[in-house]
Amino acid sequence: MGYPHKPHEKETVILSEYFGDAEARSYDGWVKRGGYKALKASLEMQPAEVVEIVKSSGLRGRGGAGFPTGVKWSFMPKEKSKPHYLCCNADEAEPGTFKDREIMRWTPHALIEGCAIAQYAIQAEITYIYIRGEFTEPLRIMQAALDDAYGNGVLGDNAMGSGRRLDMYIHRGAGAYICGEETALMNSIEGQRGNPRIRPPFPAASGVFGMPTTINNVETLAAVPHIINRGPEWYKSLSLNNEKSCGTKLFSVSGHVQRPGNYEVTMGFPLGELINDLCGGMRQGRTLKACIPGGSSVPILNREETESCLLDYEGCVEMGTMLGSGGVIVFDDSADMVYQTMRLARFYAHESCAQCTQCREGTGWTVRILERILAGQGEPKDLDLLLDLADQMTGKTICVLSDSCAAVVISTIKRFRNEFEAYMAGTREPGVVAAGVG
Amino acid sequence: MADQALVTLTIEGVEVSVPKGTTILEAAKQAGVLIPHYCYHPGLPIAGVCRMCLIEVEGTPKLQIGCATEVAQGQVVKVFGDEALKARESVLEFLLINHPLDCPICDQAGECELQNYVFQEGRSNTRYAEYAKRFSPVEDFGADVLYVPNRCILCTRCVRFMEHVAEEPVLNVSERGDRAFIGIHPDATLDHEWAGNVVDLCPVGSLISKDFLHKARAWELDRTPSVCTGCSQGCNINLDTRSDVVVRIRPRPNPEVNRHFICDTGRMHYRWMNRGDRIEAPLISRGGELQATDWDHALSEAARLVSGSGGRAVVLISPNASNEAMFLAKRLVAQFTATLAFRVERVDGEIPLSGVPGLALRAERAANVAGATALGYRDDFDAAVQAIEGASLVIVVADDLEGVSREALQKAVNAVYIGTILPDAARGAALVLPVANTAEEDGTLVNRDGRVQRYLQAKSAPGMARPVWWVLGEVLKELGRGESLFSADEAFALMAEAEGSFRGLSYANLGMHGRTMSEARVSV
Ligand SMILES: Cc1cc2nc3c(=O)[nH]c(=O)nc-3n(C[C@H](O)[C@H](O)[C@H](O)COP(=O)(O)O)c2cc1C
Ligand code: SF4
Ligand code: SF4
Ligand code: FES
Repeated sequence: MGYPHKPHEKETVILSEYFGDAEARSYDGWVKRGGYKALKASLEMQPAEVVEIVKSSGLRGRGGAGFPTGVKWSFMPKEKSKPHYLCCNADEAEPGTFKDREIMRWTPHALIEGCAIAQYAIQAEITYIYIRGEFTEPLRIMQAALDDAYGNGVLGDNAMGSGRRLDMYIHRGAGAYICGEETALMNSIEGQRGNPRIRPPFPAASGVFGMPTTINNVETLAAVPHIINRGPEWYKSLSLNNEKSCGTKLFSVSGHVQRPGNYEVTMGFPLGELINDLCGGMRQGRTLKACIPGGSSVPILNREETESCLLDYEGCVEMGTMLGSGGVIVFDDSADMVYQTMRLARFYAHESCAQCTQCREGTGWTVRILERILAGQGEPKDLDLLLDLADQMTGKTICVLSDSCAAVVISTIKRFRNEFEAYMAGTREPGVVAAGVG
Repeated sequence: MADQALVTLTIEGVEVSVPKGTTILEAAKQAGVLIPHYCYHPGLPIAGVCRMCLIEVEGTPKLQIGCATEVAQGQVVKVFGDEALKARESVLEFLLINHPLDCPICDQAGECELQNYVFQEGRSNTRYAEYAKRFSPVEDFGADVLYVPNRCILCTRCVRFMEHVAEEPVLNVSERGDRAFIGIHPDATLDHEWAGNVVDLCPVGSLISKDFLHKARAWELDRTPSVCTGCSQGCNINLDTRSDVVVRIRPRPNPEVNRHFICDTGRMHYRWMNRGDRIEAPLISRGGELQATDWDHALSEAARLVSGSGGRAVVLISPNASNEAMFLAKRLVAQFTATLAFRVERVDGEIPLSGVPGLALRAERAANVAGATALGYRDDFDAAVQAIEGASLVIVVADDLEGVSREALQKAVNAVYIGTILPDAARGAALVLPVANTAEEDGTLVNRDGRVQRYLQAKSAPGMARPVWWVLGEVLKELGRGESLFSADEAFALMAEAEGSFRGLSYANLGMHGRTMSEARVSV
């Protein structure tokens, strides 16, 4: 946490150590706190050594898919024949996720340093930091920090006197969730419509401007300086459940809890404890009903699953969900799960880039069926229809936005079928649903 | 070459070997299997967006898109497995929920890929119980193109054509989700010379031709392979006729000439084929008046005019006449000191289709200049006009005689006008012979690259009009210099025997994509 509250004693504060500490935003303040030592050290190593360190640290991508970061870096061509690029994914538009925003807002230099190390490791001369357009304050802070870093010779043609060129640009998004998908982001940087690309080719072969590219999430990159400073063994040792998941993770908790906000815990931390202890439990007089642990794109959990879920990649899979981006959305007993499902489906229908037929048409159709059920006009066969549409929206499209919409539907019907049936049986009062997608 | 390495795979039980790098969809064509598809088009960059071409590849858990997945050695592909069929049925169902189903009034009906695949693989009913369908009014994209957004399946073929082939990116996908539609730049219209191709590329009735609007139902059309006479590029086309009237021209794919495209000038170059003011009978001059006669009489009169003269002759021929006509006319005047000439319209500049090297609307606006030249005709109208004075025999084939007076022909005692329509100057001829136009006969043309290409008869000729090759063949027979010709094929064979440039070629080996003269010489 750190802002607006002091960190909870059960947190492991690494990335969020300086949240709330405005002085850490400046170059001098950052250096005073040990900043840019990791970059300096990295520039004295061979790029391949840096890749090796990150590989052995066990760091995995915090943007959603959890892909091992060092392995991803090692996919970049070793023999450089074309310009290489690093993209930092700061589009953070997944409903329920707001951790990258805080990293940029309080510790902009942590991200710049992480980017610079990654950029050096993959032999890129340029990093694009793609920041969600609505993030006006983080954008301003990041730009100021970037200028500061250039002003102090951290970046530029001779980064920290190493003779290496490290350039960095901030690219502002224009308000499309899909631009957080890595290949859509690359199109967007190029000035194209933000549509995901078909793979192959993969970014490491042909990414932004057709050049070898690595893309990483803000939180992933911000963890890198700590790994360089304290060593991969230290990072690997931060693990409470499964050794394949290590380090700390920021969880953005929203919904019906006493103290929503960003909490940093060690991988494998129990979800129940996060909600009950760190967040102070549910709202007054309410009880836990459901939880989406990894941002809106992962399957929802019921109360029992929530209480026994361990927050790492494997622990979440064990409960039938995913760690995703760590956006924890908590619902109490007042929540109408049919309405919540419709509301999330609406988001995906609104944000579908419209390329794939299943996604473009399926998300909209799903919304209309859910709206009809909420209006008291559902029929029992609608549930089978919803599940069949969801099945056809899964695993058949260019990106997983379609799958995400389907996951929401499948998981709520599976766990809260009775609420859907209550609307159909007329035992639940039809809700007022504003028409349209939005 | 490494690229030419062959990969062997099995598609629906049929083993095929294709070059490495081929997509499964293209390989399947060789196995005789059409994988249903919308966004894929062989003339456009791959998009992989419609997800219609989903197929099963053994050993791969997820369905793959046939249009973008490359073949691999030993791959086993199932196009009609249950899972793939179910996925495609679902894509079709999704496509139909916002589709108006206005087939009864849609120009595309009968040649619509949505209709076709729904018949083939779709559900017989829909599960769409919602009332709402997306609605947006028809939009005029300018030039010949109307956009009917309600029918659009967002395959992006039109967008990719304008962006990557015409290289004038004026179309885009606007909006997101099921609100998406094809947008046009606010200051642009589809007036690019090659823009009309988007109508052919559109797999549904979303982009339609104003010129063709409500003219005919697709199933009423007869389709005949032909060659465009709009310029010297020689684009391959189909003439679509309904009840003996040409109602539409569409490109016919030829990888060597025009790939899948034609220009808008060529597309609209058909009204002359349906002209009503045609010469329908042979006409013979009696006391300065042209009077109708029959072919027997006209042919013996023609023979008499040719055999009764000697010395100098002139043949003025249209550069759109067939090689067969040009050859036989030349043969007819073989005993004369002959001036063989044509004239051709030339405009300033070519209009290329940027994304296809070697394809342009050419400045030379006639289809058979290369053929005429190979047969010894010269682009020298003035020489022909000068030679008419004092010539004992003048034969004009389909030249409009613009710039020649009736008196000039009258003065030349033995003037024969062979044509489709009767310009005033032709009234000075001793004999007028009615002939078929390009749409009404078989023949060949030679494009600017020396490619000899066949065109076929698409409609009947009016009245007593006959193909030029038949008419000239009969005159030669009357003169005792040949037998009756029964087909253009035979006329071509005579030419291939007599003319070095055509040696080794025949209708059979030309096929419908043609061959170049140099190819012919090499293979002889
Ligand atoms: C629809 C969609 C939206 C996404 N949005 C984001 C995002 O906002 N931020 C992010 O880091 N990753 C996002 N991702 C994941 C990225 O595609 C990619 O996996 C990630 O940036 C890789 O970084 P990592 O390896 O560091 O996690 C999104 C993916 C999808 C399919
Ligand atoms: S799945 Fe949806 S968002 Fe992703 S590429 Fe396809 S249409 Fe676009
Ligand atoms: S207008 Fe036709 S070609 Fe263009 S996207 Fe729509 S369906 Fe495809
Ligand atoms: S034809 Fe393959 S995805 Fe459209």
